Amino acid sequence: MSASNHFGFLDEYAKKEIRRTVLKAVAIPGYQVPYSSREMPMGRGFGTGGLQLTLSLLGKGETLKVIDQGSDDSVNAVNLRSFIETTCPGVNTTTRTDEADVIQSRHRVPEINLREDQLIILQVPYPDPLVIVEASENKRKILHGEADYSRLLVKLYEDIVKFDEITISHRYPTRINDHYVIDPSPIPRWDVPKLHNSPALILLGAGREKKIYAVPPYTKAEPLEFEDVPFRVEDFTDENGQRRNCQQCGCTTSYLDEFVDSNTGKKVYQCSDADWCSEYMVSQSEINEIDTISDNAEVVNG
Amino acid sequence: MDKVLEVKQLSKIYGNGCPSCFKLTGPEHNTNICPQCGSVIAMHNVSFDLYKGEILGIMGESGSGKSTAVKCLYFDQPPSSGNAVFYDEDKKFDLFEMNAAQQRQLASKRFGMVYQNPHLGLNFDISAGGNIAERLLMSEVLNYSDIRARATNLLTRTEVLSERMDELPKNFSGGMQQRVQIAKALATNPPLLFLDEVTTGLDLSVQAAILDLILEIQQEQGTAMIVVTHDLGVIRLLAGRTLVMKYGRVIESGLTDQILEDPQHAYTQRLVASAL
Repeated sequence: MSASNHFGFLDEYAKKEIRRTVLKAVAIPGYQVPYSSREMPMGRGFGTGGLQLTLSLLGKGETLKVIDQGSDDSVNAVNLRSFIETTCPGVNTTTRTDEADVIQSRHRVPEINLREDQLIILQVPYPDPLVIVEASENKRKILHGEADYSRLLVKLYEDIVKFDEITISHRYPTRINDHYVIDPSPIPRWDVPKLHNSPALILLGAGREKKIYAVPPYTKAEPLEFEDVPFRVEDFTDENGQRRNCQQCGCTTSYLDEFVDSNTGKKVYQCSDADWCSEYMVSQSEINEIDTISDNAEVVNG
Repeated sequence: MDKVLEVKQLSKIYGNGCPSCFKLTGPEHNTNICPQCGSVIAMHNVSFDLYKGEILGIMGESGSGKSTAVKCLYFDQPPSSGNAVFYDEDKKFDLFEMNAAQQRQLASKRFGMVYQNPHLGLNFDISAGGNIAERLLMSEVLNYSDIRARATNLLTRTEVLSERMDELPKNFSGGMQQRVQIAKALATNPPLLFLDEVTTGLDLSVQAAILDLILEIQQEQGTAMIVVTHDLGVIRLLAGRTLVMKYGRVIESGLTDQILEDPQHAYTQRLVASAL
């Protein structure tokens, strides 16, 4: 059987190697485990790390959701989903987060809380948070081994000196299980607290850099911070002190994307997580229906 | 007196070494390169004790092995043989028996090092304050305002204007860079400080100010120091006791006054005579 029509595209040896790497990554939370990273029929840097994890962990009858920046319809998500559909016959795909067994994602963790029986795979461009302060991989390995992240903290210090706050918007260095600091992939700060004690297993795969690491279920994940300058997530309050809401569903608790309306030239805000947004709209209209029914009932009673 | 450091028979050979290395090198052979195997005997059988609050001078010409001694003790390079024990608040550390991680921990928390070249001691990509913060962060001080306060304090102490603490060290003059380096070395209040040719290459008035600063620190905090220099003036001003090294061997040691007034070894006599 040629590789192209093998279930999951990868041959069994490749999948076995990745599964073994995953076991090691889960056993040493946050440690970047090197793996071979096979050639995929797309450029490295297009999510091949996440894709290889998905292909080696998916089985027939399971359901997959692919997310790109919160959306199921952006180009990366569409292409990866159709590739997986072609190479994994018998696998179902969905856009509903709560229906998915495996979720492969780029730049976002779903808004809804994941469950123990779910698995989230994040695509990682740069796995090593220390790369900005130390060019030599040998030295970085020693720093990781000794959990010496003082130079990363100096970066945060310099940020506060210059800008009065920590300016890292995504890829926020996060300490896993009190030892290794990981680059949690380009998720916004909003999503970092979701890694902490997550019931779902979180796997991170970097195809170009050939590294896999994990945040196992119910494991500590703490963003680096100072005692007196705590970590904080994005603030969506407007000039009047009001929490901005999604222009589509009206939700005021989700992570919002900012757009410029091409007609009015005004800034508009919308849920970044497409599934969350549509589910929220459905739930709101149900509430409205109940409200109208009870209103009608009152009218009848009155 | 409390002993801080006890160094015994420290040696460092660059090269493979051979059985006759030590016999064929040294001041009496006028070389530190073994004629048999070509190895460089940078330092051989250096032993000394250092007590709390004491400044020990190591003097000698370039290539005499004086910097090698402090670099070994600061774990910049491993010695070929010998041992050293560091006594710290009732604890005893056998320096060369510890693993690399323990050595780095100890060096960052309990030792301070000031190099001749500030590029070795400072990170030029981060601000002066950031350099000090790095050492504090290594010692698990994780409070931003505490770090700021301590860095301001140290820079004021070493006479660097605290308004300039958020500037990059490359904007500073050589003397200022050296002061920042001293402030960084002092960040964790180390009981032991290594100073490797700290005033070499600075103009005379700056030299005098930095030497004053070093003496003040010694008197205020009781820091034990090892001062490596080829400058007799520095030795005379700072060191209570002095080792004189040549071709990797200690040829004379004793009280600084004695060595400078009544040198015994021919080399020391020549050195003192030429300088005075």
